[in-house]
Amino acid sequence: MAKGIRDKVAILGMGCAKFGERWDMDTDQLMVEAFNEAVGDAGIDVSQLDAAWLAVAFDAVNIGPSGIPLSMALRLPNIGVTKVENYCASGTEAFRGAVYAVASGACDIALALGAEKLKDTGYGGLPVRSRGTTFDMIGVTGSAPGNFAQLAAAYRAKHGVSKDELKQAMAHISVKSHANGSRNPKAHLQKAVDMDTVLNAPMIAEPLGLFDCCGVSDGAACAIVTTPEIARSLGKRDLVTIKALQISASNGWELQQAGGWDGSYFHTTRVAAAKAYQEAGITNPREQISLMEVHDCFSITELVTMEDLFISKEGQGYKDVLNGFFDADGGLPCQIDGGLKCFGHPIGASGLRMIYENYLQLLGRAGARQRSTPPTMALSHNLGGSPIQNVSAVAIVGLADA
Amino acid sequence: MSSPTGILAFGAYIPQRRLQRSAVYVANAWFAPNLKGQSKGERAIACWDEDTVTMAVEASRDCLTGLERGAISGITLASTTLPYADRLNSGLVKEALCLETNLTANDQTGSLRAGTSALIQALNCTAAQLVVAADLRKARPASEGELVQGDAAAAILVGQAGQGLGEIAATFLGSHSVTIDFVDHFRSTSAEFDYGWESRWIRDEGHTKILGGALKEALTKLGVTGADIDHAIIPIAVRGVPESLAKSCGIKPESVRDSLSAVVGDSGTTHPLLMLAAALEEAKPGDKILLAGFGQGADVLLFQATEAVGRPPEQLGVAGHLARARKDTNYTRFLFHRGLLDLEKGMRAEMDEKQPGTSLYRNRKAVMGLVGGRCTKTGTVQFPKTEIGVNANDRSQGTQEDYPLADKIAKIVTYTADSLSFSPDPPVYYGAIDFEGGGRLVAEFADCSAEDVEVGREMRMVFRIKAVDRARDFTKYFWKAVPVQKGDA
Repeated sequence: MAKGIRDKVAILGMGCAKFGERWDMDTDQLMVEAFNEAVGDAGIDVSQLDAAWLAVAFDAVNIGPSGIPLSMALRLPNIGVTKVENYCASGTEAFRGAVYAVASGACDIALALGAEKLKDTGYGGLPVRSRGTTFDMIGVTGSAPGNFAQLAAAYRAKHGVSKDELKQAMAHISVKSHANGSRNPKAHLQKAVDMDTVLNAPMIAEPLGLFDCCGVSDGAACAIVTTPEIARSLGKRDLVTIKALQISASNGWELQQAGGWDGSYFHTTRVAAAKAYQEAGITNPREQISLMEVHDCFSITELVTMEDLFISKEGQGYKDVLNGFFDADGGLPCQIDGGLKCFGHPIGASGLRMIYENYLQLLGRAGARQRSTPPTMALSHNLGGSPIQNVSAVAIVGLADA
Repeated sequence: MSSPTGILAFGAYIPQRRLQRSAVYVANAWFAPNLKGQSKGERAIACWDEDTVTMAVEASRDCLTGLERGAISGITLASTTLPYADRLNSGLVKEALCLETNLTANDQTGSLRAGTSALIQALNCTAAQLVVAADLRKARPASEGELVQGDAAAAILVGQAGQGLGEIAATFLGSHSVTIDFVDHFRSTSAEFDYGWESRWIRDEGHTKILGGALKEALTKLGVTGADIDHAIIPIAVRGVPESLAKSCGIKPESVRDSLSAVVGDSGTTHPLLMLAAALEEAKPGDKILLAGFGQGADVLLFQATEAVGRPPEQLGVAGHLARARKDTNYTRFLFHRGLLDLEKGMRAEMDEKQPGTSLYRNRKAVMGLVGGRCTKTGTVQFPKTEIGVNANDRSQGTQEDYPLADKIAKIVTYTADSLSFSPDPPVYYGAIDFEGGGRLVAEFADCSAEDVEVGREMRMVFRIKAVDRARDFTKYFWKAVPVQKGDA
């Protein structure tokens, strides 16, 4: 049994660009904006970076192939730069590369940066693209809302929840995230909304209305990681360390009837979460996790993820939602920064943005949206693909002594 | 004496939507008030994802319900609207039907008579032949053709008893053909629309003299009189013409088959075969069926129904398709689907649909035939086939045998109605479906509306257009799921 990553790597600094419709900036400028904050926070010089990982998901409207765009944007000192793509979980994937490099001892200090420039497509939502020549002949290239909306039908059928009840719970999720986003100056969407607005919005993919869907944004986020020893030697006191880092990829099991998957949950999230809790030494996540940033690409995704992360009991997540358990002042806040819903979703950056928020909250640096009860352990969940075939990443960071 | 040849089976396909002619007339009345006389009744309209090939596949499947397809040794597709000028269209139908590779295949075209001509050729063979006719004609908005025509396909399986395809339902008694370059209408290979001549001239010189003459000659040649005919199929969509031709041949008025003009429209090359299928559904043993085809001359065929005539209950046939019609008054959607109205499709419609020929050829069984795999070690069914199966089988590789899924009923596991993705018929419905006996597919749903979808709903598969590569004019086909309706097998 592998020993895992717990407390072997610390976050030295983090940065995040303002997310949104950044008509004024190219991707390289967004990278610089996020990096400037992170390198200032880390208190190091760029020459101290040993390696870098870059996450970008959509090539067609982005920077093109290879790690070179990051190396050029930051004028890195000819270190190795690896570009990673793992659907919308790319950001956490880049983080994993940097963290593993440090944990292995191959690097002292490593950089993970995710960026995405989605507002150059000319339309809202994610770019329409091929899924490969074989898939394109036999698969359905649905929209992201269409792919995730299907969770709702299966969830209702399995748990006997009415359309109205589920729609109410989904709306509560969006109203909560908008309220949180209104306290976040870097968020793409900073306007609070009420239940009626959410419930009466135009339908995008039944039963997901406009406000059940997250925004797609331009943005960048980054992390600089090192060992706890080096961090301390550089003068850092309150250390945030990585407690667990797990990624699970579908192998086609959900795609076949023989597996028995019923369409109502994320198989990979359950696998990744169970491994992450074990790695972090967490036995009761509902009690031990202080904060969550999950992949709320759609309200229904957030809802079922509460169950897949073993926070809510299966079939009961919607009740926790309606009871306000995940509100900013609830038992276990989820998306206290507004989430993908309002902070925004520049794909490659999102996993790192979640960790950025958790890092700020753990250090008490989250400003107006700072959680009242000081958090000690924070989880991020970063998902790519669709419910039937996906990549699920769970990262847990916490105070070094937690 | 050699064994008789005849019709072994028959089937039909009529798209679900029926455009109300009144809706077309009202929309165009400011410009073409003269069309009022054609404004009654309804016509069958194919959806955007149907064409001659897909309709031919569905009619063939209806015809071949429960039959051993391996016994078929030839296929002919008759149509004046074949999607490909140089790619064997009947070969596409063959792949979708998973027919044996060792068979002859022909496209027959060039005239609305192509269906009956193909039937005569097939009936003059001894080996079992599938003859399928399909037409999806385009007519200019506010033209008579737009109102009169209809989209449909019909399939007739011909051969002899003892070929493993059942008994003969109607024995072929002979045929008569004439060929004359009578240009009542024409369409050059580069044209989208027909150009037609005056209807009075067509009636007098074409219908009356050419077809009427051929009918009389045929009766004489085949040694029967008009009074012997129980079902006269005269597929001319001009009011009164079939009746007057019948009268001139001594055929009883009550023997003249309904032209289906009010409920389907004139389905072109298909129409003689569609009316033949309808007649075979209703004929009694011993009935004589006279079938005519008209176009640059005429074909006349004579059949006699046997004890085996009638529609097997598991087939939809013409009656089954007529029963499931859905009225449609959306004229602009029809124009858009026919490519006659250039709606703004938005940037999401801009995705390049280029199809590599190599990968389509490698995967043709899966793509065209919906053939999945079944692990010989575990019995697990999956789609598509893969080297390493989805279920644990001691990591054995290459254990999957072909497993056709097209005729399996499936149930909805998940679904949505997606208004964001580009579709010519929004919202696009899709979801995961589980097949009876195993296998799962994320499939697009066709012919469905909000009340048709729910988890657990039964679906069946149909062959449809998946996408069209407009840049290279290549049509991509695949299978979609439609809600099972009452009366489906």
